Amino acid sequence: MSTIAVLGMPNTGKSTLFNRLTGHHAHIGNWPGLTVDLMQAELQLSGRNVQLVDLPGIYDLRGHSDDEAVVRRFLEQTPVDLVLVVLNASQLDRQLRLALQVQQLGLPAVVALNMADEAARFGVSINTESLSAALGQPVLPLSAKYRQGLETLQHTLLEQLEAGPMAAVPEQLEERLAAADADLEGAMAALVGRSVTLPGRWRDSRSRRLDAVLLHPLLGLPLFFLAMALMFQGIYAIGVPVQEALGGLLDQFGQLALKPLLAPLPALLQGFLLEGLYQGLGTVMAFLPVIALFFLAMGVVEDSGYLSRAAYLMDAFMERIGLDGRSFVLSLMGFGCNVPAILGTRVMRDRGLRLLSMLVIPFSLCSARQNVFLFMAAVFFPPRIGGLVIFGLYLMSFVAAMLTALLFRGRFPSNEPLVLELPPYRLPTAGQMLSRAWSEVKHFWLWSRRFIIVGVVAVWLLNNLPVGVEPASNASLAGQLGRFTQPLLAPIGINPKLAVALLFGFIAKEIVLGGLAVIYGQADPAALSRAIASDVSWPQAVSFMLFTLLYTPCLSTVAVIRSESKKLSFTL
Amino acid sequence: MEAPARLVDLPTGATGTVASLRADQGLRQRLEALGLRPGQAVQVLRRGWWSGPLHVRVGMTELMLRRRDAARVSLAA
Repeated sequence: MSTIAVLGMPNTGKSTLFNRLTGHHAHIGNWPGLTVDLMQAELQLSGRNVQLVDLPGIYDLRGHSDDEAVVRRFLEQTPVDLVLVVLNASQLDRQLRLALQVQQLGLPAVVALNMADEAARFGVSINTESLSAALGQPVLPLSAKYRQGLETLQHTLLEQLEAGPMAAVPEQLEERLAAADADLEGAMAALVGRSVTLPGRWRDSRSRRLDAVLLHPLLGLPLFFLAMALMFQGIYAIGVPVQEALGGLLDQFGQLALKPLLAPLPALLQGFLLEGLYQGLGTVMAFLPVIALFFLAMGVVEDSGYLSRAAYLMDAFMERIGLDGRSFVLSLMGFGCNVPAILGTRVMRDRGLRLLSMLVIPFSLCSARQNVFLFMAAVFFPPRIGGLVIFGLYLMSFVAAMLTALLFRGRFPSNEPLVLELPPYRLPTAGQMLSRAWSEVKHFWLWSRRFIIVGVVAVWLLNNLPVGVEPASNASLAGQLGRFTQPLLAPIGINPKLAVALLFGFIAKEIVLGGLAVIYGQADPAALSRAIASDVSWPQAVSFMLFTLLYTPCLSTVAVIRSESKKLSFTL
Repeated sequence: MEAPARLVDLPTGATGTVASLRADQGLRQRLEALGLRPGQAVQVLRRGWWSGPLHVRVGMTELMLRRRDAARVSLAA
């Protein structure tokens, strides 16, 4: 099996190209000596088995960020047959650095000039033959987004693999890079001068005009928040009815198909499978559409280039509470799921800033918590007030995050510089967005599934043990556990049943709802809402929602904070 | 009249030429990788509200950087 490493700067469409080449069979690879996960995929090029590894996006092989160290370590330890260097065709004036560094290491490489369509639109023309001759590497213009030039690329990759030497690791990687570093700027300038014609004037008038409005000193921020508010409204306007329909459908399937099927089993086992496992899982599955829509919308905002503008707009404010524009963007991503947002803090080099961001992100009201709120709000409030309640909870999460940042700013001081690229505005294609949302939902599902299953099963067991008790009654383990928390939680109106759901919410917020379904023995959302409404008053419900918002992030978030901060005490 | 010495002093809309970077190695590498190298022309497109970051263009790349960091970029007179 041959190994091809995919290398490139951020914002070059490297991941899009990776996905185009591999379809959707990428998975997380386990590489010895590396602390981070790399995506990899196996594919066949004319019958030859090849594995493609997506390296983190980096600016400089000699750079000092964590990601840059990861790439160096990977290249030092893993024999690769070929490096696929992905460059943004319109920014060759600075991106050729990576291609030259790979050349210095003597690694066999193919250079892909991605976004060639954009370069042509901006008036950049590139002489690929002279570039290829100077680099000693095949150079191919292509557009991963519009699937142009991909077949030629596959063909060239195969050719190079067959002609290339045995896979080897470059020796004395750091020394060789250092030796050539002094000449790098000159070599790059000469190469650009010979092979690339840049336009006399910036031709991207579309980005220029949009920025004039969207980055306007007064209008910029209100416009951004308006766009976000509309986005969330849209997600819930479409997602919630779908979720309800799906929930009802799953319940019917359980009642009509699974129940007769399981009838011969002993009552306890039957209850366990149907009321524990199936109901819990069904409740969780029903809200996947909302999550998918969120990822879809966020993907559009990110790929269009608006998200990096948000960092620009918010940086002045974030700087004053000890954070920066990137922390804001990551918190925004955290509204989908906290885990990838925390992983995203890797781009920060300063430890203080990174830890402070990790501290703030869990306050972002993730879709799992959102789901609990949506449900409770729908049970206890008429639609118009329900929307306000949800909005109030968002406001609370913002205030809590800001106060936390202010409180801890002194403990994690940072003077990390902030330099970010503002890419041109781009129109994401529908296919690209769908495939991205799909892979993120898949990833989310795989990641959270085990926690959720363990959680709902545990809730059911607690409710039905010891054997023979009335389910969820005071005699059951859950009832005892719930009563045990009452001295603490009763004053804020959280009854034993809600307390048990909250306890399990520590494992994953998804379980709060799945757990409630199991505790009240109702899978159908409508029936569940009636059961809860008859048991709990609305101030109790508000208290429950606030508690869910603030008490603790889910186990996966805690786990990832711990592994990323390398410090247990911080997690607390 | 004396020409502005630092990127942060360049008026909005004006263009200057980078002379040197007075930054530690990490920041210098990042700036250079994004195209802010000595000899390159750089234009300030806009300034953020409330002393927010600068939006600049260098080569074919547009960047945002904080005023504190832009003060570390010296321009040729």
